[in-house]
Amino acid sequence: MTGISKEFPGVKALSDVDFRLLPGEVHALMGENGAGKSTLIKVLTGVYDIDQGQTTLDGTDVRFSGPLQAQQAGISTVYQEVNLCPNLSVAENIFIGREPRRFGMIHWSQMEKRADALLERLQLDIDVSAPLSTYSLAVQQMVAIARAIDISAKVLILDEPTSSLDASEVEQLFRVMRQLKEEGVAILFVTHFLDQVFSISDRITVLRNGRLVGEYVTRELTLIDLVGKMIGKELEVLEQLEEQPKPALAALERGQPLIEAQDLGRKGAVSPFSLTIHKGEVVGLAGLLGSGRTEVARLIYGADKADNGQLLVDGKPVAMRGPRSAMGHDIAFCSENRRTEGLIEELTVRENIILAMQAVRGWTRPIPRRRQDELVDKYIKALDIRPANPEAVVRNLSGGNQQKVLLARWLITEPQLLILDEPTRGIDIGAKAEIQRLVAALSDGGMAVLFVSAELEEVLRLSHKIAVLRDRHLIAELANDDEVDADRIMETIASGARA
Amino acid sequence: MTTITRLAKYRLFWPVAILVVLLLSNLIFTPSFFKIEVRDGHLYGSLIDILRFGAPLILVALGMTLVIATGGIDLSVGSVVAICGALACWRISEQGDQNSVGGVLVAVVMALGLALLLGLWNGFLVAGIGIQPIIATLILMVAGRGLAQLITDGQIITINSSPYKEIGAGYLLTFPVPVLIAIVVIVVSVLLTRRTALGMLVESVGGNAEASRLAGIRSRRIKLMAYVFAALCAGIAGLMISSNVSSADGNNAGLWYELDAILAVVIGGTLLTGGRFSIGGTVIGALIIQTLTTTIYTIGVPPETTLLVKALVVTIVCLVQSPSFREKVFKGRRQRPPTPTAPTSDAPTKVEVPA
Amino acid sequence: MTTLSQVRSRISWPNQKYLPVLATLSLLALMYGVGAANYEAFGDAQVVLNVFIDNGFLLVVAVGMTFVILTGGIDLSVGSVVALTTMLSASLLQDRGWPAFVVLPLVLLVGSALGFGMGCIIHYFDIQPFIVTLAGMFLARGLCYTIGTSSIPIDDPFWVSMAQSRIRFGDYFVSPSVVIALVVVLIAAFVLAYTRLGRNTYAIGGNPRSALLMGLPVARTKIAVYTISGFCSALGGVLLSFYMLSGYGLHAVGMELDAIAAVVIGGTLLTGGSGYVLGTLLGVMVLGVIQTLITFDGRLSSWWTKIVIGALLFVFILLQRVITARKR
Repeated sequence: MTGISKEFPGVKALSDVDFRLLPGEVHALMGENGAGKSTLIKVLTGVYDIDQGQTTLDGTDVRFSGPLQAQQAGISTVYQEVNLCPNLSVAENIFIGREPRRFGMIHWSQMEKRADALLERLQLDIDVSAPLSTYSLAVQQMVAIARAIDISAKVLILDEPTSSLDASEVEQLFRVMRQLKEEGVAILFVTHFLDQVFSISDRITVLRNGRLVGEYVTRELTLIDLVGKMIGKELEVLEQLEEQPKPALAALERGQPLIEAQDLGRKGAVSPFSLTIHKGEVVGLAGLLGSGRTEVARLIYGADKADNGQLLVDGKPVAMRGPRSAMGHDIAFCSENRRTEGLIEELTVRENIILAMQAVRGWTRPIPRRRQDELVDKYIKALDIRPANPEAVVRNLSGGNQQKVLLARWLITEPQLLILDEPTRGIDIGAKAEIQRLVAALSDGGMAVLFVSAELEEVLRLSHKIAVLRDRHLIAELANDDEVDADRIMETIASGARA
Repeated sequence: MTTITRLAKYRLFWPVAILVVLLLSNLIFTPSFFKIEVRDGHLYGSLIDILRFGAPLILVALGMTLVIATGGIDLSVGSVVAICGALACWRISEQGDQNSVGGVLVAVVMALGLALLLGLWNGFLVAGIGIQPIIATLILMVAGRGLAQLITDGQIITINSSPYKEIGAGYLLTFPVPVLIAIVVIVVSVLLTRRTALGMLVESVGGNAEASRLAGIRSRRIKLMAYVFAALCAGIAGLMISSNVSSADGNNAGLWYELDAILAVVIGGTLLTGGRFSIGGTVIGALIIQTLTTTIYTIGVPPETTLLVKALVVTIVCLVQSPSFREKVFKGRRQRPPTPTAPTSDAPTKVEVPA
Repeated sequence: MTTLSQVRSRISWPNQKYLPVLATLSLLALMYGVGAANYEAFGDAQVVLNVFIDNGFLLVVAVGMTFVILTGGIDLSVGSVVALTTMLSASLLQDRGWPAFVVLPLVLLVGSALGFGMGCIIHYFDIQPFIVTLAGMFLARGLCYTIGTSSIPIDDPFWVSMAQSRIRFGDYFVSPSVVIALVVVLIAAFVLAYTRLGRNTYAIGGNPRSALLMGLPVARTKIAVYTISGFCSALGGVLLSFYMLSGYGLHAVGMELDAIAAVVIGGTLLTGGSGYVLGTLLGVMVLGVIQTLITFDGRLSSWWTKIVIGALLFVFILLQRVITARKR
């Protein structure tokens, strides 16, 4: 693929990206959130049209109008969430749409025989007549791969196939990948697990912000180089946020801890971790995509139920029964998914801002309209939300302003701990700087902030303390003093052993 | 922008316009259509009839509005109408003196109490157990008819109670009582939803359930209330209908009311997917349906064709509401935004990509 | 022979998906046992055959509904399409004097066309099935009334012969309609198990997004199931007009609910993707046996049927809920 560009309204998802994939290799595609990995895959498989650029397959120009066409040309994709039908049998899932038939009838026994043979090639011995849902996710993933290679065995795209597999399952998958590689299949492998990249891939292409960073031979790249290339350093406008003298961490830590997580964990989300947050402290969560950043935030808020450990607020253990309990203890949470988990897009700015406060008061005690207007006006001014119209429908606001509305919703509840999950993602640089300034100001005012961001610079600039995550483990806690910089964190991520 | 296009931006423009056109078209067939006169101290006229006969539908549709706004649907309202009418009539028919006001009040309270229970049942299935609304309320829709007949013992209970008759056919200060009741319920629902935070919370739950949960809204409770409110409204409508004809028919009372109510809500501009709702729109929607029925009667078309017209209206309204319909139909006509040009592609060198 | 062994091997899945069907079967056995224990005449096999005779049309309609529900949709128009078919047949046969061999295919075509139209709207404009078929329900009923508002008796010789002839074996008999209905069940079972259309139906019900990504013809299949449902409703309407020997706009009011109830009681998941036509057959029989039991009892009135059906619906929906929850 050469000079690929893809633009969505308002976002340039890919610009001038080159990418090549050779037969018989495992090629890893790396990049943080929003780097353009999935867009590239979708362009490659014909889900999206190409705005500009060229795709060449076996030396001839191709242009796919849909995944089906790509499949026919020999490019199959297996996605992270298994795209099969759990209610059908394993054999059917492999063959549906191409079932062997006899006299126009589906030839069940032949289909199952062929499925058996195919899975044997993948060293998988299961009952192919049983429904897919009876098997583990790993097996389902294998079945998806079996389907893919049975359809066309030229190019196999694996989009984060390992994110829900355990170590032995991953090993099984890798065995299959190596075998397919031997057979000459070109495998494009997308993952955010660094160990896996190094253990399986031959070459790595790194994307950042829709641009190609480079293509590297895995052997010649160190882990730390890779992390550096993925995260990059954003030195642009943010410099305007002058380094504010931070109160020394030691001073903050002297007070009683506000929130203590003790061995808090949830199966499949994040391994048990312990974290202490003090009043006025900004704790940054650093780690790559999928390292468990968001999961930590959600557990502390009670958005997901922890199945291990406990949470202490002001030194007392609290029973977390969902967001309401957290709010009762003055914890607020801005989700990373503004649109799906944060805002009610069809409601107005005013309504969205007062929503959380109103939820706590209950429906019978509406916030008097005058008080609403005061509050909303105050925060529209304070956060410079535009348009400064409380009755504007949130859907029509820009990303940055939407984020500010979400922030305002929680600020009016006057929380003691504010959890911000990727508050600056997908918003313009000006709004970004404003939000960063706001976080600093809030912490000066005594509010504790748990700050999650994919951008290390940002985490470094704001946090007093940085918790580093990798592969769903909290691996280190660093006081953000002069010795800590982006390199040091990357090093930690790269070297951190799995606990 | 012309005045019309500016007007068309208001939510209620289209429903009101349809209603006005319908009413005006009646004028062609019945010149005296808009005439309202006072006879025996009662208001009379076609318009009053529309209001009077439309009152039960307005009530049922009001309840349905809240349920739909939470992202649900209540198919059982027709059955609830029948059950409540049946219970009230049965209670009155059991009394020695059917005209005793106290007895009628007891019957009314009993019927509404039962409606409350039925609403709780629906709400429990949807919010408590988490069954899809359409299926959860289907249960009561099926069994409810049986319950209504159980109460009436399969007969049509005819009663002769003047206090009860007042509810559906009486007049108070020259106004028909059902219209007054409907107005009271409308006012109550407006106060309930817009003077408290209930309306906003309902819209929030219907608009984005997960975001609402994370904002700390107890969505189960909100949903439960919506179903209870819907059942109560249907209960009042049931009283009105049975009182108007002084009898309870477990089989046919409130038949297809759920569909009319859904239709009224949809015409009124509330999306079936939940979220923003408009009580005013629903009232107008219900009036449109009633006017349609009346119009078809007055112009002498067989009244049964109402169904055809309703089918047409539902289809059109749903198509217009459907984003993919709009996209498919208007795509050709809408001016496309200028195609973004690709950035910085300084003559990409064409490299062979073996795959 | 292979076919049979395959069927058996597929049935022998140790699979909780069969739980609802087994539950229905035991329920049916229980009800029949209770009936036979209490009323001597109930044990007579003809009672069972009568259940089929009285519910043949419902069976056909429910089979169509099974297809729709398997894709995760719903079709509320079936009752009205049944009524429309009876009305259309009666009016063409009686008022126009058209011959039976013209009328029969024509009404089947009309029903299928209605289903096809609804399927297209549901798929291409992405509108919820229940509201589209609701409109279809209004439309079909409305069309009935434009044909006529009163009942039209049918005395076409073919219709009469279908109504009155009995297929006898020994002391027992069934009507031709029962045979037609059972043939429909068999064809449907075959289509669902042995054709791509059938398997695609399950796939869409299992996960519509996956079905699309796997390159299955989602549009064609979705439209096909509503067309099948429309066809089955029309055929059910023909059988009903055999049974009633009349066409009437108020025939089959509420039949959509009976059909949905039969499908659900027969073990098909309302969310789609799992269920069998044979289960639907059992579901229809459950409804029929309830009616028969209540008739035999004499003390209970007919409305108990609805209450019991409602209660069964509740139990089976709850059962589905428990099963799907456990799977997760």
